[in-house]
Amino acid sequence: MKLKKNIATSEEGFIFNPGTGDSFSTNTIGTEIISMLKDEKPHQFIIGTICTKYDVDQNQFEIDLDDYLSQLKDYTILE
Amino acid sequence: MGNQLNNPRESSGRKIVIAVTALNAIDSPGPGVAVIRAIRECPDFEVRIIGLAYESLEPGLYMQDLVDKTYQIPYPSSGTDTLWGRLMHIHEIEHIDLIIPNFDAELFNFIKLRDKLKEVGISTFLPELDQFESRDKIKLYEFGKKHKLTIPKDKILYQVKDLAETAEHLGYPLVVKGKFYDAVIANTLEQAQKAFYKIQAKWGLPIIVQEFINGTEINIAALGDGEGNAISVIPMRKLYITDKGKAWAGITIDDDSFIELARKFVHVTKWRGGCELEIMLTADGKSYIMEVNPRFPAWIYLTAAAGQNQPAALVKMALGEKVTPFKEYEIGKIFIRYSWDLITDIRQFQKISGTGEL
Repeated sequence: MKLKKNIATSEEGFIFNPGTGDSFSTNTIGTEIISMLKDEKPHQFIIGTICTKYDVDQNQFEIDLDDYLSQLKDYTILE
Repeated sequence: MGNQLNNPRESSGRKIVIAVTALNAIDSPGPGVAVIRAIRECPDFEVRIIGLAYESLEPGLYMQDLVDKTYQIPYPSSGTDTLWGRLMHIHEIEHIDLIIPNFDAELFNFIKLRDKLKEVGISTFLPELDQFESRDKIKLYEFGKKHKLTIPKDKILYQVKDLAETAEHLGYPLVVKGKFYDAVIANTLEQAQKAFYKIQAKWGLPIIVQEFINGTEINIAALGDGEGNAISVIPMRKLYITDKGKAWAGITIDDDSFIELARKFVHVTKWRGGCELEIMLTADGKSYIMEVNPRFPAWIYLTAAAGQNQPAALVKMALGEKVTPFKEYEIGKIFIRYSWDLITDIRQFQKISGTGEL
């Protein structure tokens, strides 16, 4: 999954979709995921990075990540 | 009486005198104040602004940092002769170079007077009568069919008894609209009938009953040169909508399909002047043109803030200057409207009420 090219993001977790005018705020982990999506990192890389950095059960994180990505897709942030 | 200057901008430092209507900066605002603000911000010319007001409590006429002098003018229903008489009186005093009318309901009279105004040295930059009428709410569906633009289905009604059959055809919810302003979403025949009577009392007949389209509201401000070219197009997504359906906040967006849509409209109509396309973007990505307003919208200052000063470009074109179409604008520029209690004095109110001038 790739972030649309025109999506603007900030280090503070602000996401702006200039095509729709929608803007969103995300938390620290969400910001890190967005940043990895922007760099076109693969799904498994995102899971490995977050699970290594944070004390989180991998199965739980995979469910949460799918949920998060599906939200981003709904908001037309992902291609 | 006539202003003898062919191009006021080439005169010896004289300010361009521009008369502007729609100073009703209220909860459902007219565009006048925003138009003046944008014009005043343009560094290319000096202006003297003459406000033309219908009512003595239009806030813009008390904004003396924006409006140099205000005159009351007769309501559009008084007809062109009465308006002409009043405008000539004002012109004798003010030597007007350009009039920018901003109300839908007054445009017919100003378009009718356009040639006579030109003869006495007053420029306008208005659509032709057939351009103006082709985008009328009453004809919009046919207009869309002719030019392959997507418009919601509608039915023009003159009698309330035709509502039931129309509702059966369009389904609920449907939208009951006035010929100039107002729109009510109705979910039942009873609600539709109530809206019909209410809007009829205010704006008269006919009533437009339109298919309801659900989606995201996008508005586009466009400026046409009258030869088929769009000089400027700015799409805006409404961020906050009032109970009257007006944008209280909005943001410029980046979507080429809206710009193309506006360019197509300007091209097929050879639109001269400012206009606003009201778009409903559905979840499946279809853009419906809900309405075309034949004048600048109340949020027009956002075009200046985003880098395409449409009112200033209109002034230049109206005075004979060739304007190159704008290409870039700032995406993500936001306007947030606010209300402000302007304090004035009873003497001011008395002056405009008693003499028709301020």
